[in-house]
Amino acid sequence: MKRLVLLSAMLMVVLAVRAQSFIENAQINGSFQTDAQVYMEDDGIGITSESIDGKKFAVNGFGKVAYAYGNFSAGIRFEAFQPPLNGFREELKGAGLANFYASHDNGFIGITVGDFYDQFGNGLIFRTYEEWSLGMDNSLRGVRTVFRPIDGVILKGVYGRQRYYWAPYRDRDMTISDERGLVRGVDGEWDINQSIQSLNDAKFRVSIGGSFVSKQQEDQSMFYYIPKNVGSFAGRINLGYGRFTFSTEYAYKINDPSAINNYIYKEGQALLASLSYSQKGLGIVLQVKRIDNMSFKSMYTAQENDLDINFIPPINYTHTHSLPSMYTYSTQPNGEMGAQFQINYTIPKGTPLGGKYGTKLALNFSQVNDIIRDSINDNGMMVLNMPGTDGYKSSFFEASGHKFYRDINFEIDKKINKSWHVNAQYINLFYDMATIEGHVGMPDVEANIVALEATYKINTKNSLRLELQGLWEKINKNSDVDESEKKDYLKRGDWAFALLEYTFASRWFVSVADKYNYGNPFSEYRDHYYTGSIGFVKDATRVTLSAGRQSEGVVCVGGVCRVVPASSGFTLTVSTSF
Amino acid sequence: MKKLALFFLMVLATAGLYAQTKNDLPNVTIKDLAGKDVNIATLSNDGKPFVITFWATWCGPCVKEHNALSDVYDDWKEETGVKIFAVSIDDSRSTAKIKPFVEGKGWEFDVLLDTNKELARAMNVNNPPFTFLFDGNGKMVYQHSGYLEGSEDDLYKEILKIAK
Repeated sequence: MKRLVLLSAMLMVVLAVRAQSFIENAQINGSFQTDAQVYMEDDGIGITSESIDGKKFAVNGFGKVAYAYGNFSAGIRFEAFQPPLNGFREELKGAGLANFYASHDNGFIGITVGDFYDQFGNGLIFRTYEEWSLGMDNSLRGVRTVFRPIDGVILKGVYGRQRYYWAPYRDRDMTISDERGLVRGVDGEWDINQSIQSLNDAKFRVSIGGSFVSKQQEDQSMFYYIPKNVGSFAGRINLGYGRFTFSTEYAYKINDPSAINNYIYKEGQALLASLSYSQKGLGIVLQVKRIDNMSFKSMYTAQENDLDINFIPPINYTHTHSLPSMYTYSTQPNGEMGAQFQINYTIPKGTPLGGKYGTKLALNFSQVNDIIRDSINDNGMMVLNMPGTDGYKSSFFEASGHKFYRDINFEIDKKINKSWHVNAQYINLFYDMATIEGHVGMPDVEANIVALEATYKINTKNSLRLELQGLWEKINKNSDVDESEKKDYLKRGDWAFALLEYTFASRWFVSVADKYNYGNPFSEYRDHYYTGSIGFVKDATRVTLSAGRQSEGVVCVGGVCRVVPASSGFTLTVSTSF
Repeated sequence: MKKLALFFLMVLATAGLYAQTKNDLPNVTIKDLAGKDVNIATLSNDGKPFVITFWATWCGPCVKEHNALSDVYDDWKEETGVKIFAVSIDDSRSTAKIKPFVEGKGWEFDVLLDTNKELARAMNVNNPPFTFLFDGNGKMVYQHSGYLEGSEDDLYKEILKIAK
């Protein structure tokens, strides 16, 4: 017995010594964020105790810690939604360990076990990611391997099942709780210039890549035959010559009937292409895309953004100002065709128009239309988009006349001197609200928007910033709108926005803002949405407290959107990392 | 599950107390604008300090911060030899636009693309903009969340402290 104790003690000492080096040379870091809201009734903007449904307080929070030692790393993330903030999915309610992984990567071969994120190419057939501000997390739980046999070549393999809020794939008694499929994928990329030494710094650059992803699912449908395996593949190429870059990716998916595509058996296709030119002070880019029936989810009954295996990037401009971002385009996975053109130009310093610091100009045009859908012959009957059939025929190079979105905008940004900085943007926007927000029968939004911003630096530590914006729409206070459709017109009509912000000691900021729907067709909706905020930033810590009204709106990140209902009350955000 | 999480947290937190960091750069590989792989753990600036910033084309304060940094970058390089790596966390919607955007704005930073936020996660960047300062040995000496007017002056003070 004594010997055993001694042995154990020795073992412990040895382990401790080893562990110490495992600890002393390690990197430990983490971060933490809490977003909390207190909701209050507010008759002025129609928020009653029923509409807040007894929800007086809500909090979203996460904390994560990661450990790295040489080639080894591991991490965990804890999340709590008690209950989730307004506008987040109720399925998020709860708390627990949302993500954990361990990974080893020596540069030649890498393996990750646990919950992981990755993307193949542009993500057309595979992308797992996490976006806190949307409550979005489609991580795969399983295994990921990365293999880099020679410089410039990367081969990847992924295998697992996706996160679906808090739902476990298997219950405690090991019965399968939902029809979530198994996702498997491989991807390869070869950067030829990186592989061949003599081409390392060549003017001509080429890289190619390809991927294959499949989901394996159980057929639990009583009405349709659901394929057990749905495969998809994609190929991509990047070419560069001097200042020009061309890149394209094409993806194909076999029949994949789902709730999103109305259970049709058509194949899916996606094409993205871009051409750009750039030199110092000038950048030009043209992008085109076509999406046809490309919703790809690991559960065929899933709705909205749930269990997305792929990511279809929108290619329009992302607005940062408050008024234009009320009407943000979100990707239509069942079909869309679009183009975008953007120029960034800086008038050089020292010229009459450029002044001392240069003047920055930007022009952007984007438009997205629907695709054409022609009826097909199904056993002697002409049908269009009927469940259980091949759906429709669509000509690849033609777009429908049905416009979803168009945006033309122009921006000037100018630093006048050490104290003054001004920015102005004009936007002309077309937004098919009926399609994008699913309000059937709603007239399109056709708006002109002007946003002006001026910053005055009082000294190195204190500054003032003023923002003024106006949005003028086709629908306004003079429009004749049927009283029965009133509720859909909550945010329609003309808007004005003003914000004043004071930053002091380059740590603190206070701001007051008002957003006023003065031109709503309904007088009861001509509301002021005023807010006041105070915030503090030091090193990696950020604390913001705001109070006031939030208008109904859409928060979008990368074309994935979340609707935020109107609310009134307080919001506290604390974010830090170490 | 909760207990397990708590246990893990405690273990890691304890380990954190003892951690003596030698190099704070994570072992993550992302791409530069030419499509070349860059392993962040190998970033350096010949023994001189360097800055890693996180930004996105859709983030107003980020663009402001980088415009401000761009105005002073030549002076900073001359005085301290500092180098700025500007990591874009734009997703694939904007990958093709980054190069024309950066060049069109006249920014001269070394721009890297973190298309699926792998580096941002490894470095605990919750929201952009986010700025890190590293000394010549790759040890992190300063970090800052967000951008307020004058943030760049604070950063420069920190750079001056470690520049030889």
